[in-house]
Amino acid sequence: MGAIGRILVQRLILGVLTLFAVSIVIFVAVNMLPGDFAEAILGQGATPEAVEAIRRDLGLDRPMVQRYLSWLAGVLHGDFGTSFAQANFRSFTGSETGSGLGSVAEQIKPRFQNTIFLAGTTAAIAVPVSLTLGVLAALYRNTVFDRITNVATLTSISSPEFFLAYILILFLAVLNPVFPSLSNIHEGLSFTERLRLTMLPALTLTLVVTAHMMRMTRAAIINLLASPYIEMARLKGLSPMRVIIVHALPNALAPIINVIALNLAYLITGVVVVEVVFVYPGIGQLFVDSVKIRDIPVVQACCLVFAAAYILLNLTADILSILSNPRLRHPK
Amino acid sequence: MTNFTRRGLMQTSAALGLLAATGMPALAAPKRGGRFVAGLSGANTSDSWDGRTHSDLFMIASAQGAVFDSLTEVAADGSLKGELAESWEASADARVWTFNLRKGVKFHNGKDFGADDVIESLKMHVAEGAKSAAKPIVSNIEEMKKVTDHQVQFTLKGGNADFPYLMSDYHILIYPAGQIEEAIAKGIGTGLYRVVSFDPGVRFVGKRVDDHYKGDQAGFFDEIEYIAINDATARTNALLTGQVHAINRIDFKTEALLKANPMVEIQEVTGNQHYTFPMLTNVEPFNDVNVRKALKHAVNRQEMVDKVLLGHGRVSYDNPIGPANQFFDEDLPPIEYDPDKSKYYLKQAGLSSLSVDLSASDAAFTGAVDAALLYQSSAKACGIDINVVQEPADGYWSNVWLKKPWCACYWSGRATEDWMFSTAYEDGVPWNDTHWHNDRFQELLKMGRVELDQNRRREIYVEMQRIISAEGGTIIPMYANYVQAKSVKIGTPEKIGNLWQMDNARMAERWWMA
Repeated sequence: MGAIGRILVQRLILGVLTLFAVSIVIFVAVNMLPGDFAEAILGQGATPEAVEAIRRDLGLDRPMVQRYLSWLAGVLHGDFGTSFAQANFRSFTGSETGSGLGSVAEQIKPRFQNTIFLAGTTAAIAVPVSLTLGVLAALYRNTVFDRITNVATLTSISSPEFFLAYILILFLAVLNPVFPSLSNIHEGLSFTERLRLTMLPALTLTLVVTAHMMRMTRAAIINLLASPYIEMARLKGLSPMRVIIVHALPNALAPIINVIALNLAYLITGVVVVEVVFVYPGIGQLFVDSVKIRDIPVVQACCLVFAAAYILLNLTADILSILSNPRLRHPK
Repeated sequence: MTNFTRRGLMQTSAALGLLAATGMPALAAPKRGGRFVAGLSGANTSDSWDGRTHSDLFMIASAQGAVFDSLTEVAADGSLKGELAESWEASADARVWTFNLRKGVKFHNGKDFGADDVIESLKMHVAEGAKSAAKPIVSNIEEMKKVTDHQVQFTLKGGNADFPYLMSDYHILIYPAGQIEEAIAKGIGTGLYRVVSFDPGVRFVGKRVDDHYKGDQAGFFDEIEYIAINDATARTNALLTGQVHAINRIDFKTEALLKANPMVEIQEVTGNQHYTFPMLTNVEPFNDVNVRKALKHAVNRQEMVDKVLLGHGRVSYDNPIGPANQFFDEDLPPIEYDPDKSKYYLKQAGLSSLSVDLSASDAAFTGAVDAALLYQSSAKACGIDINVVQEPADGYWSNVWLKKPWCACYWSGRATEDWMFSTAYEDGVPWNDTHWHNDRFQELLKMGRVELDQNRRREIYVEMQRIISAEGGTIIPMYANYVQAKSVKIGTPEKIGNLWQMDNARMAERWWMA
């Protein structure tokens, strides 16, 4: 297992470097957008004095490099800073308001939990469904079942997310009120109630991610079905189902795991549209809101969370594919 | 209704029409109870209980509409009534105002309300470094004196007959003295509902205060919940699936579908919100009043109301004073679309044709670019070539408005004539987006401000509206209606406020479970 340990350490170090690069790119990009926090928050009321006052309070009048370095120093100490919006209110009253919403970390935490809950619910539905469909499609390939599965999943992945969302709302909320169209998630909800409120966005996302995972499963298995050892298994007289599940699937796991990891990362980072349609208070909406008002500390923190999700999920996928493959597990 | 005005008639006849259509008894008495859920736009993750920062419906409805009170309140019919102030009187020159405060009022944390709270809450707006939108109002107060525990005397720098009206501004909320920071953090006011939970940009839940000074006359719900839904389609869905009882700002495109639903009622009022095209009147060619007049006759106002607002509005003849204002001039001479007149004024300006840039972006108002293009095509017949420059929405208010010679803009209007004029049309104020100057207008503005006689004030403000309509630098083609929808399960008074969306954002106070 030494090899895996080495890969783990190596990839984690690379991951940290990636995060560092991402933070620079985001910082520069947000700064290149026209307008800044002061102008965005004041809107029509942006008189030069008011803009100056806010810039001075938030330190936006300092050069960009200096601002980045002070942000970086904070992050290295585990302090993601205070969102500009909150800092701005603080400067209104002249002191800590003690609202408990002070730091970016506290602001992001509940939103991130909601996002993870949505991603988790979706994954719990989508992964088993797409694996099953993939295996069945491989088993009955080129039959009517295969065609229907392919057409259905490809149609759903090709439609825009909001369109799928509205279709689901029409059938499951308006015509047959099974689930609410509004994901009014807040603290103090029981798990089942929360699950019920999350169901429609989760189903929408399931439709979006299923095709990719299902088709990869199908392709990876079909690819193996031509190999000699599968032929051997067939000649032994094993049932087609057993051939696929016991003999083909374990060898097809590596690409499937990779696709699942990619889709999970997508579920954490790319679901803004679905969040807006269902008014789901996830991290995506917070991110978009923050970009809109150029709230750099929040934007940076969200980006780090997104990048870290990609890095960690990819790392997990690689480790799992190594573990699933004895040849990689015991290199000569 | 003894006080029968044209304005009042217009609003109520619309409401009566609605009621007649539903076959409901016109006057159902309000009753206590129930939980009111509304889906509202205009929420941000940067929201807080600091009234100085409020600018959009979600926080206005949550703060002034539920948790906090102001000194005065604009009633649904546009008249002024006391909220935390019981009565007020002015000196003859409208410079010294004495407010008698309500007795026996308590904040949600049990603190008694008194004169100190008023003085300290007002001082917030002029504190060192404060960026309050109400600063211009409060900085006109020279001295605030506590006469007794329940009487405050304000001495103004210059007389202002509208001062009690200004105290109804949604930025000027009354916080408990000495605990303002805590009150902002937790939302501690004197309003009808206390904060149960508040998640900025997501949700607000309030619970009716048991023993409130407004008694049984207002605040009929046991509990209210405002959910932030910035997306218009999601708001509509929430209403149609019965998850909320009311929504603001419906999408005009789906209005017909909402109307067809028997469980939903649409409310529509024309208020002071107006869409504008201000030009800098100290920049060529707009410095010539004849060019301005040529442009005024080159726009087809009715077409804009029909196509940009899809009929949900009313034609304006370049008048920033709207139907919700006290002294709105209903008989303002119309400015018709007339290519011949437009050409005539161009000739007066010594020009045979005119070519101008018009900067627009949908940041100014929804449909601003379309409105500019309509203007372009109607002006072509007048020999005026309007080049529509589409500006980025980002930074529009900083880089285009007040900077480009002619652009698109909007105003939500103000409760009083003086307030509107002195915000955007007085000589030298920062938001005078036309850099307009007219001696007679300035003179009238100063006269009207200190005049306490209502009839005299009407004459003054009518004359001002006529001057600005005929010669001003702002093209104001239309007033945009406030259109909102509610479930039939919610009862509302006959008259809905038109100063601001959702019954002046006070639906938690005025509506009930039918």
